[in-house]
Amino acid sequence: MEESSAFVEFRNVQKSYDGETLVVKDFNLSIAQGEFVTMLGPSGSGKTTCLMMLAGFEPVTHGEILLKGRPINDVPPHKRGIGMVFQNYALFPHMTVAENLAFPLKVRKVSDADVETKVNRALEMVELPGFGNRRPAQLSGGQQQRVAVARALVFDPELILMDEPLGALDKQLREQMQYEIKHIHEELGVTMVYVTHDQAEALTMSDRIAVFEDGVVQQLASPADLYEKPENAFVAGFIGENNRLSGTVKEVDGDVCKVALDEGGTVNAEMVDAGGVGARATLSIRPERVELLGDDGTMPNCVLGRIEELIYLGDHVRIRMTVAGTDEFIVKVRNSADRRDLQEGDEMSIGWRSRDCRALEPIDA
Amino acid sequence: MTAAEIHQPETGAMLTTADGAPLKEALARAMRRARFRAFLLVVPLLIFVLVTFAVPIAQMLYLSIHNPVFSDHMPRLTAYFEAHPDIDVPGEDGFAALALDLAASKKDRSAGRVGTRINYERPGSNSLFKSGARKAAKFKGPPYKEKLLKHRKDWADPHLWNVMKRAAQAHTLGFYAAALDLTYDKKGEITRVAPERRIYVMLFVRTFLLSALIAALCLLLGFPVAYLLANLPLRYSNLLMILVLLPFWTSLLVRTTSWITLLQSQGVLNDLMVATGMVGDDGRIQLMYNQAGTIIAMTHILLPFMILPLYSVMKTIPPSYMRAARSLGATPVTAFMKVYFPQTIPGIGAGCLLVFILAIGYYITPALVGGSTGELISNQIAFHMQSSLNWSLAAALGAILLFGVVLLYWLYDRLIGIDNMKFG
Repeated sequence: MEESSAFVEFRNVQKSYDGETLVVKDFNLSIAQGEFVTMLGPSGSGKTTCLMMLAGFEPVTHGEILLKGRPINDVPPHKRGIGMVFQNYALFPHMTVAENLAFPLKVRKVSDADVETKVNRALEMVELPGFGNRRPAQLSGGQQQRVAVARALVFDPELILMDEPLGALDKQLREQMQYEIKHIHEELGVTMVYVTHDQAEALTMSDRIAVFEDGVVQQLASPADLYEKPENAFVAGFIGENNRLSGTVKEVDGDVCKVALDEGGTVNAEMVDAGGVGARATLSIRPERVELLGDDGTMPNCVLGRIEELIYLGDHVRIRMTVAGTDEFIVKVRNSADRRDLQEGDEMSIGWRSRDCRALEPIDA
Repeated sequence: MTAAEIHQPETGAMLTTADGAPLKEALARAMRRARFRAFLLVVPLLIFVLVTFAVPIAQMLYLSIHNPVFSDHMPRLTAYFEAHPDIDVPGEDGFAALALDLAASKKDRSAGRVGTRINYERPGSNSLFKSGARKAAKFKGPPYKEKLLKHRKDWADPHLWNVMKRAAQAHTLGFYAAALDLTYDKKGEITRVAPERRIYVMLFVRTFLLSALIAALCLLLGFPVAYLLANLPLRYSNLLMILVLLPFWTSLLVRTTSWITLLQSQGVLNDLMVATGMVGDDGRIQLMYNQAGTIIAMTHILLPFMILPLYSVMKTIPPSYMRAARSLGATPVTAFMKVYFPQTIPGIGAGCLLVFILAIGYYITPALVGGSTGELISNQIAFHMQSSLNWSLAAALGAILLFGVVLLYWLYDRLIGIDNMKFG
């Protein structure tokens, strides 16, 4: 077996529940010590299954999982020393907060004095000092969430897994907890593997994100790369908002290509994974990268559009347009002082830079 | 009035509505109609329960302290006892009252019932009263004492007079005394009955002990099944649930008699053991018509009542608790004992209480398979209801049983808390 410097490593991991379909197909991932890696994907994409295999609750059908270079396929969960935060917190309802936190220490036979110190320290870390004597049911959702985090941290594990831990919180609290978890991660230097279906959460917190779909990692990259340089149509559509235009590749020149739109007109685009000349391609353009052009404006790529709907959102205005045959083309315009006066039904040119438009292989091709 | 005044009244001041009426009254008025409608919904059931359940129970309880058979049918003698409370064996005046009452009872055919009433406490009185009544009807006048004594010497028995004196009191605690193996001796003092006639206290103790044992056995057998039911995939657990409920759909008699077929000394189990040589033909094990039979059959019959509350509680315990415990470093056994088991306590409490209370009142099964050592108190209650027709004693036995159950319920509430109980 080759030496591995990775802290956690999935090697060719496959998982099947029924022996007929693969829930996880050939999953490979190395996580460095201290890294915050998020597995992001729609429900049923296999991300939680991967986490459960890492935690030891689901056996690996094929392949290997290594922790600090050591295979852990046959190590039972309680010997893996991995802290875990569950979707619904799984705080033991018959124990007080302090008893919940003391549980991992008690089963490790830590002395009573140390237990108390560590429990208090953990409660302070999640800003709940003095809550030790309450029952989980007496806490708010956000407080329960903090206790769950504290419980996963209290026995000083080097690896912490989180399975959609913020899913049950309201939006404001969720955002606050995202920062807090991020800060705890930075403070303690632990390695975190985080599962979520919320892309904003993934973008906010992670060092790297693995986008799952149909049991396969579609792209593993930093948040910025994932957003700016999606490698296929699924990632482009799943992360952030996206306009899609379909066409046929006419010319390829290095990483740039010319694509003829189905409804007429030709645009330049960055070549990503679309096929060669003659192949179908989906063009992906972020709404905030599209500009409305005045009569005199010019852009490398220009098409004509008609405004269908204006949606006022305060800091920006969303414009739904009909462009090249689709009436779902969205343009975001900053609500600046010199914003042009727009009316529904206006026709105008819109344009974008070539590198903001990515030619991808169509999903259903 | 400003908005601030409306929303933040002075502490202690009464809250009022906008037009100054007290808020509480306004609320009560607004809710009254809804409450009345809700009440109408439960009226049919309330009447049904009252008529078929509450009233008969109250009557039965009253019957246990009130038995007017003697005082109703022997009015002259009852009046005589009231006038002469200290008399032992009376003179002519007392016998005159007795003879006239007896003669009257011959006419309205109540002599047998009066005799039965006295017979509870003085065996042999039944025939004495019947023949005495026939005799007394032919008396043409005094001396009654002499004539009655000529009929039977028993009429001068001080014990008989003692019993009659107590029976003349319609309200009595005598049936409770009898239900606790106590009686009034010839001097009217409370004593324990003769050792060979002490059965009720022993039966109460046996009923409570066997019920506790049956509840414990049900818990032992039902816990793993409930756990399986709650944790198996749906299609398997549905099948298992049908198996658990199957006994419910079978007649109680069929189930009990099939146990007889299985367990009797010439039954399937014993034949099998003899055939395999585990026991000799002369060493067949007696599993029926004794306590073993009662325990086996009742444990089987009451098992679903343990499994269902356990299952309903276990179903609500998400598997993530066990997983969390495992991930925190607990071995499977520790995780089960410290995390899973404590959360099933409400189900255990409910199941045990349910099985125990049902077992205490169980009647058909012990009657069929219990023999004499497996008989429970309910069989004696049934005997006094149906055969000896001593309803007052049956009522007293039932009231003591009811008191025991209520006491246990109260204890359970004090120790574990009734709110913690989940039936389903």
